[in-house]
Amino acid sequence: MFRAIFPGIAVAPFLIYTFLGLGVPVIAVVINAFHSQTGKFTTANIKLVTTGIYRLGMYNSIKLSLITAIIPGVLGVFLAYAIHTSRSSWLRRLTTTASGVLANFGGVNLTFMFIATLGSTGVLTAWLAAVHLNPWNHGFSLYSFYGVAFVYLYFQIPLMVLVITPALGGLRPAWREAAQNMGASNWRYWRYVGVPVLLPSVLGGMLLLFGSSFAAYATAQSLTTGIIALAPIQIGNLLDGNVISNEVNVGFAIALGMLVVLTVTMVCYGLVRRRASKWLR
Amino acid sequence: MAEELALEEVLNESPVRRSGRRRRPSLWRTVVFLFAGLYFLLPIYAGMKFTLQDIHGHFSFGAITSLPHVAGFADAFWLSMRLAGATLVIEAILVVPTAIYVHLRLPRLRRLFEFITILPIVFPPIVLILGLTRAAPLWIRASPYMLSAEYVILSLPFVYRSLDAGLSAIDLKTLTEAARSLGGNWVKTVWRVILPNLRPALLSALVLSMALVLGEYTMASLDLWTTIPVWIVQFQQGSNGHIQIAASMMGLIVTWVLLTVIVSIDRTEARRRKATKAAL
Repeated sequence: MFRAIFPGIAVAPFLIYTFLGLGVPVIAVVINAFHSQTGKFTTANIKLVTTGIYRLGMYNSIKLSLITAIIPGVLGVFLAYAIHTSRSSWLRRLTTTASGVLANFGGVNLTFMFIATLGSTGVLTAWLAAVHLNPWNHGFSLYSFYGVAFVYLYFQIPLMVLVITPALGGLRPAWREAAQNMGASNWRYWRYVGVPVLLPSVLGGMLLLFGSSFAAYATAQSLTTGIIALAPIQIGNLLDGNVISNEVNVGFAIALGMLVVLTVTMVCYGLVRRRASKWLR
Repeated sequence: MAEELALEEVLNESPVRRSGRRRRPSLWRTVVFLFAGLYFLLPIYAGMKFTLQDIHGHFSFGAITSLPHVAGFADAFWLSMRLAGATLVIEAILVVPTAIYVHLRLPRLRRLFEFITILPIVFPPIVLILGLTRAAPLWIRASPYMLSAEYVILSLPFVYRSLDAGLSAIDLKTLTEAARSLGGNWVKTVWRVILPNLRPALLSALVLSMALVLGEYTMASLDLWTTIPVWIVQFQQGSNGHIQIAASMMGLIVTWVLLTVIVSIDRTEARRRKATKAAL
């Protein structure tokens, strides 16, 4: 009887739970971004984060996310295509489970693996040093902006492989055969069929990658111990009390900025997805 | 939306339809695999090398065997395990029944749930913990299990999606109708019919959320709880990085082995079922 009246009652606990766990923190961020430490309404926080070091942090974050969306996006497509068209089934199985694990493998573990590889005493560093190509002597540092970007590839490429594989499955062999029958070269097939069909999915994947590295904190923080100017790291420093404590509410303003960027990203993602589903089902 | 993220779906991806003639192994494919292999395997090799070496560069299991005795590791490990346990309990009583119910009774709401459960993938954990420092009442903030409660949300993209894909793959309606008409009540239907059919999805959800909880650093460190990843970062004993790297490697290897085992079990199961069908 009860169920007949409220068919939705059974999912209410879940909805309430996600609202408390996800919605309430967002509301708290928005409210606190517009309030001073003493609880008065102010726009000073917002003004502060659009200037100086905080503006640089947001700029660096967006730059890092763009780099680590476009490069792994392109590499991921090639890798996914190579896996997808490979004839060995164990290779496909191994790489799909590997992508699943590695795509979620950001953070501290990753940092220490790369320190073992490319740290100043790392394995690869030692190999390269043996042929007099020690990257640390040529301006490279694992603990810098580009070092962080290089490490991000490790979870971004697998994420792209995971996202783009179903789209590659939608690329029907019949289209290729049709193109070949009409005398199209390999290049023409990709130029007029393959790329236009895949492009929306690839863009969608890149937007997701952008969001993923924009939101990442743990890898950059543990790699650089918080000295690199990225928006999430600045929030972490403010929260940790590493800077003047009456600026904690500035952290909320940065967080609000991040939420705005991510909202735009997700809206674009939604639009691109709609376009992508036109051909692929 | 990103239903393609469900691992289940990707794993069940049907093999490429092959044309009759054999393709020659092309140059670009070899190059792609070579570079990908180098980039992805070298850090694992380096991590293993550091794990299995003592400070003089000799082979030794010292870093692994001394791990449980290093100050603080046991506590951090125990805390991480308790958090993982609590996360799995909440998922079992909240997420699993909801996923089944939505599929069975509220298919109209599937799109809404899809949207809600994709959100955490781009949602910065740092913003979440920042909001919670103001929004959560003190008695919740004082408990480590607040982290578990949030980990349930962070793992939704993997857990809910994995379940969703698993539920789509079986003929849920026929199964429940058959069970009900044979006199099974709802509890029995879910326990004896639906859950066994969902086993691969449940297992991969379990492994992925374990991996998430055991590796999560952002929220734990800013909430000042010393879980394994937080311990790894804080731990400094002279210049010996071997212990930290050994602890880091454990997470990756354990997860990967578990996941591969699960996928293999799933395959053998499917093959056996196919064989039975052929025999009939």
